[in-house]
Amino acid sequence: MLEKTGIPTEEMIKEVFPSIDRINKGPVAVIECYQKIPCNPCVTACRFNAINIGDDINNLPELDIEKCTGCGMCVSKCPGLSIMLIDGSKSESTILFKIPYEFLPLPEEGTIVKGLNRKGEYITDVDVIKVLNPKSFDRTPVITVEVDRNYLYEFRNIRVEG
Amino acid sequence: MKHVEIAIIGGGPAGLCAAISAASSGANVLIIERNNKLGGQLVKQTHMFFGSEKQYASTRGIDICNILINKLSKFKDKVEIMTDTTVVGMYEDGVITAMYKEEKYIKIKSEAVIAATGAFEKTLAFPNNDLPGIYGAGAVQTLMNVYGVKPGNKVLMVGAGNIGLIVSYQLMQAGVEVKAILDAAPKIGGYLVHASKIRRMGVPILTRHSVKEAIGKEYLEKAVICELDEKWQPIEGTEKEFDVDVMCISVGLSPLNELLVMRGCEMKYVPQLSGLVPLRDENYETTVGNVFVAGDISGIEEASSAMVEGYLSGLCTAEKIGYKHEKFEELKNDYLNQLDDLRSGAVGKHILEGTKEILVN
Ligand SMILES: Cc1cc2nc3c(=O)[nH]c(=O)nc-3n(C[C@H](O)[C@H](O)[C@H](O)COP(=O)(O)OP(=O)(O)OC[C@H]3O[C@@H](n4cnc5c(N)ncnc54)[C@H](O)[C@@H]3O)c2cc1C
Ligand code: SF4
Ligand code: SF4
Repeated sequence: MLEKTGIPTEEMIKEVFPSIDRINKGPVAVIECYQKIPCNPCVTACRFNAINIGDDINNLPELDIEKCTGCGMCVSKCPGLSIMLIDGSKSESTILFKIPYEFLPLPEEGTIVKGLNRKGEYITDVDVIKVLNPKSFDRTPVITVEVDRNYLYEFRNIRVEG
Repeated sequence: MKHVEIAIIGGGPAGLCAAISAASSGANVLIIERNNKLGGQLVKQTHMFFGSEKQYASTRGIDICNILINKLSKFKDKVEIMTDTTVVGMYEDGVITAMYKEEKYIKIKSEAVIAATGAFEKTLAFPNNDLPGIYGAGAVQTLMNVYGVKPGNKVLMVGAGNIGLIVSYQLMQAGVEVKAILDAAPKIGGYLVHASKIRRMGVPILTRHSVKEAIGKEYLEKAVICELDEKWQPIEGTEKEFDVDVMCISVGLSPLNELLVMRGCEMKYVPQLSGLVPLRDENYETTVGNVFVAGDISGIEEASSAMVEGYLSGLCTAEKIGYKHEKFEELKNDYLNQLDDLRSGAVGKHILEGTKEILVN
């Protein structure tokens, strides 16, 4: 499926997601990197040694959920834009997602934008909480959006209409 | 006649790194580049690169270009650069002829040559493939990212390798609609993280599909595509039409090897390296003494490996003509290890197989 369409299956997605318990404790990274490629900036980016690739740069990155503080440094550094942060500690009905977004116009804080799934289809409206674009992110802005919990495993992207 | 120690043909990542490495060993180098600026493919790569820190992973190609040019400027007194100058001949007596801006010919004699001319884009045969609006992916990327010109409004991308995927993404960033990405192969050839980031923007990726024909009077108006069977043959009745004004062909690159053929280097057709490539030893020296290579000319790969090959080749070329770097062995081993690492995975495996075919002692 993934290698024919670019869309990972639900099982693949669930495999890389942390437990609901962990998500409810606070922000944590989700790394959707399913193919062995020569790449490791995520490892270099993490100051907490939470991402491990081992000796062979082609290995898949492994996240140590215990070590991940949810600092978010890895999100803008992954050239595949395959890392996002999720946080279920703020509300019982929603999840905060931090996703990389490299398109103009950037969404504005406090507005509502379209939430999309991994096929780019509209699933639900989401609230834009924060837009971060400091120099250190090197032109990969990170957007925090609040999403209905029902879409935990579906939400992956936004569309800004304007 | 101009005399130099090392002439480097091509100022892409491979040529730039070869120059840095040779100059840091103490040799004088001349870079000859046909474009009006250095950087090769890097000048249009606005996306972040893969690889490891040593090859500037996570940095955008355009920025890697500037990092390399900066590094090179530390050896100002050892490096001469000629831009707008195309090498048109390499002869048996060691003379290179080059043309400056279609104005004048220059003859250059050097002790050694590093050929780092990169690659050219392959095309695809289908009816009306010469209609205006049908571009190579490289041309589209140059138009957009170097000149700031939108190639059109609705695009069909042909080829789901890394280049097709990346250029699709950059088209969308420029506000162009990408209708679909096709590939004749049963699987996506490029990195799946790239594929996923385009798919979640809503662009369908159609594997086992190809172009049947292009339709249009003065320029491209429609593209007709069809599904392919297991034997890569069109399946009758599966035709689909797309209203597009741009078709972007991204079906691979081939090594730009004419100068090596002309010079008499022994060549071999190696499918894993995407074409006719020179036989070479571990130091990247071809079968013609003092003619070295680096980068895509010796097999289509990536900028990450092109840079490492450049460093290695520059180091060894300098050593060959009497400028041995004080840390020669250490550096050489490091470069060889980096290349092994980059080629050790599933994606690099075919490159590794290919390089075995051309390695001579
Ligand atoms: C769209 C796209 C995306 C890519 N993305 C990545 C990526 O994410 N990561 C990665 O590692 N790699 C990537 N690459 C691949 C990478 O750009 C190439 O592998 C790399 O540029 C090869 O370097 P090179 O120096 O061998 O050749 P080039 O970069 O092609 O440079 C060759 C230079 O030689 C010059 N030249 C050619 N013939 C002559 C002549 N006769 N006389 C004088 N000058 C001449 C050319 O003008 C050019 O400047 C991408 C490539 C493309 C097209
Ligand atoms: S969020 Fe921070 S701690 Fe967690 S993996 Fe990423 S960089 Fe490391
Ligand atoms: S940086 Fe991104 S693409 Fe590269 S290995 Fe890490 S998660 Fe995968």
